Amino acid sequence: MVPGVDGFMYPNEFELQWSVLIVLYPYITGLVAGAFILASLERVFNVDAVRPTYRLALLTALAFLLVAPLPLQLHLGHPERSFEMYLTPHTSSAMAMFGFVYLWYLTVVLLLEIWLEYRVEIVEMAQSSKGIKRLIYSALTLGSFNISPAARRVDEKVGYAVTVIGIPSAFLLHGYVGFIFGSVKANPWWSTPLMPVVFLFSAMVSGIAAVMVLYAVCMKLRRTPIDMRCLDTIARYLFYTFVIDFTLEMLDLIHRTYESDESFRSLDFMVHTRLWGSHVILQIFLGTLVPLVLLAVNQLWKYSEGARKAMYMTAGGLTLVGIFAMRWNVVIGGQLFSKSFLGYTTYKMDLVSREGLMPAILLMLLPFAIFLVLVKLLPPWQGGKAHEA
Amino acid sequence: MRRLLDDSAHLVRPALVLLAALAIFLAVRSAIIPKAFGQYGHYRPGALDLVRNHPIAFAGQDTCVMCHDEQATARAAGKHAHVACEACHGPLAQHADDPSAHVPKLPDVADLCRRCHEKDAAKPAGFPQVATAEHSGGMACNSCHQPHNPHL
Amino acid sequence: MDISRRDIFKVGGKLLVLASVGATLEQITGAEPATDAYRMADHWWGMIIDIDKCIGCGNCVRACSHENQVPQGYFRTWVERYQIEEGKPPRVESPKGAIDGFPPLARTDLKSFFVPKLCNHCVDSPCVQVCPVGATFVSPDGVVLVDKNYCLGCRYCVQACPYGCRYLHPETQTVDKCTLCYHRLAKGLTTACCENCPTGARLLVDFKNPKDPVHEILRTHKVQVLKPYMATGAKVYYENLDGEVR
Repeated sequence: MVPGVDGFMYPNEFELQWSVLIVLYPYITGLVAGAFILASLERVFNVDAVRPTYRLALLTALAFLLVAPLPLQLHLGHPERSFEMYLTPHTSSAMAMFGFVYLWYLTVVLLLEIWLEYRVEIVEMAQSSKGIKRLIYSALTLGSFNISPAARRVDEKVGYAVTVIGIPSAFLLHGYVGFIFGSVKANPWWSTPLMPVVFLFSAMVSGIAAVMVLYAVCMKLRRTPIDMRCLDTIARYLFYTFVIDFTLEMLDLIHRTYESDESFRSLDFMVHTRLWGSHVILQIFLGTLVPLVLLAVNQLWKYSEGARKAMYMTAGGLTLVGIFAMRWNVVIGGQLFSKSFLGYTTYKMDLVSREGLMPAILLMLLPFAIFLVLVKLLPPWQGGKAHEA
Repeated sequence: MRRLLDDSAHLVRPALVLLAALAIFLAVRSAIIPKAFGQYGHYRPGALDLVRNHPIAFAGQDTCVMCHDEQATARAAGKHAHVACEACHGPLAQHADDPSAHVPKLPDVADLCRRCHEKDAAKPAGFPQVATAEHSGGMACNSCHQPHNPHL
Repeated sequence: MDISRRDIFKVGGKLLVLASVGATLEQITGAEPATDAYRMADHWWGMIIDIDKCIGCGNCVRACSHENQVPQGYFRTWVERYQIEEGKPPRVESPKGAIDGFPPLARTDLKSFFVPKLCNHCVDSPCVQVCPVGATFVSPDGVVLVDKNYCLGCRYCVQACPYGCRYLHPETQTVDKCTLCYHRLAKGLTTACCENCPTGARLLVDFKNPKDPVHEILRTHKVQVLKPYMATGAKVYYENLDGEVR
């Protein structure tokens, strides 16, 4: 009897192939996509109330995007061969588009938009600072010092266009990950056309929640009053997105239970045993229902500022944990049961190995370190000068 | 028009950076992409040779009978006619290449016979199988049965 | 009788001609016959497995392991033993892939049998479909192979295989699986597992060979593939396979 294995599994199925690092990757790109969508709310959909978080959302997206390829690299058997995806991408594989979509999104969408948004401050800093800072800012100007009102208007228009392109790009950046799972017919836990959509909406939920929490924390640390109109609006959009996300996930669950195909008995057993804590308690109850209630009551009744802040922060924090649990349940859950539907295995997560818990924690902390550097370099606190009227 | 060009001139710079990066990428790609990739399909044709060049461990019974015709004749006359030599004697391609250098060790009879002939409810009913402990009372299988032609 | 010089020349000349002709003939026929170059386009490989013949001896698993240096704990081929009790889900086991055979069955009253499994070398292989770089592929002669010098070790193919026949090789850190003993096929040998199966339960077949027994078997016997609803185009056909087999 193999330890950790119950029932029968094909002999090569005992070990999980995709570890916590593969849970981390969709979580991180989800945060990127979600943060960007929040930014686009202001830029494209003219939701002025959330403007205080516009630049913050862009920097959050960038900080996480820079870290996104790292869990993948650590996971590969041969990370030194990863460039092969650029040489000979296999067009039938969703995974092959990673390198291209990533670079597209990083350069043409995010970096360009940030550059256009911050150009005025960059030029001003390049002209006023000294020493190494002057060098950095001068490099960032890319050699152009034209910040006339006319140039700024051009920036505004182009930035608008970039954001408009950025929305489907963000959808692609994270949606393709959902397709990577959703198109695997061999795995009934993954295989559903709903998967890319569920991934996308849960990404938006996590990204919006992340920016909301980050905004409040930053304001607290800077001892600056929080713009409650902004926070209320973000919470409202978080609520709407969450309702859609929850509906989609419930649709998947109800559909599975109703159709009850061959895989259902095995998957149902798995959820009730091995995934009880992460799926039912963490993802559904604490990660979805509790935040939904906290957000919903604020749509129905008006509470004091203090109460609202507490509820939003609790909801945001629980959401972030819940969406991580959702990624965990998809990736790890999909490998805990046998494709023979006759057995189950356990995920033995190492602590310090290449794909262990420690690297995972470090990778989750790294974006915050990058974020601190970005915030120092390109302060998001003043409103966007480029596209102020 | 000229004013518009002046005011958008700064946009040329990121465009140039991107184009330069793209050009470098394409140049590097054409240098390091594996040659003949795609000749038969989306893979390196060299991979076929890589797999084909793996050394052979089992010579195959056609090779064994080239030298060992006495055993081959005995085998062909009995119930083990379709049991390959190496199924019992193990991988012997090295022996076939250089018979004196690699002298095969005769396998342990008891374990060997039991593997196939130990009684098991999952084995097809018509297949010869016995509960070996009762059947031979501890005696070695080849004290009665000649392995190449085992029928008594 | 007197042998004249003329006689010596006549006989010697004939002998010389004979010798040179003989030497030339020897060069042509006595020397190593030119090996028929293996042409991939002439072959389309698969396998037939007859469940009613399998005795679960595990010879195939051991042979494969020797022929291909399969790492311990991983399996290019394995044998499962099924026990089916009426009205209950089947009880299946495969101790170490059956590399040491099976322990005797406790219950003798149930329907029980052995099922050897391996890579099905699918024509519409889902594992090939998902490889991001083209490190796994279907060869022109129908064998699904892995290019271990190109594989990234992302394991997407391992996830995509419905049959569980792939694994990550612990030493090369690339994906590995049954190659249908491709290195043997090109030399006219059968696979290690088929060679060493004592009952003929496993049979290598070549669909493009008009004289191959596979055509008669498919025409006259009831056969099926594993998980047909996946439409993978599996080329390993099972005879006498019970419907409970997963």
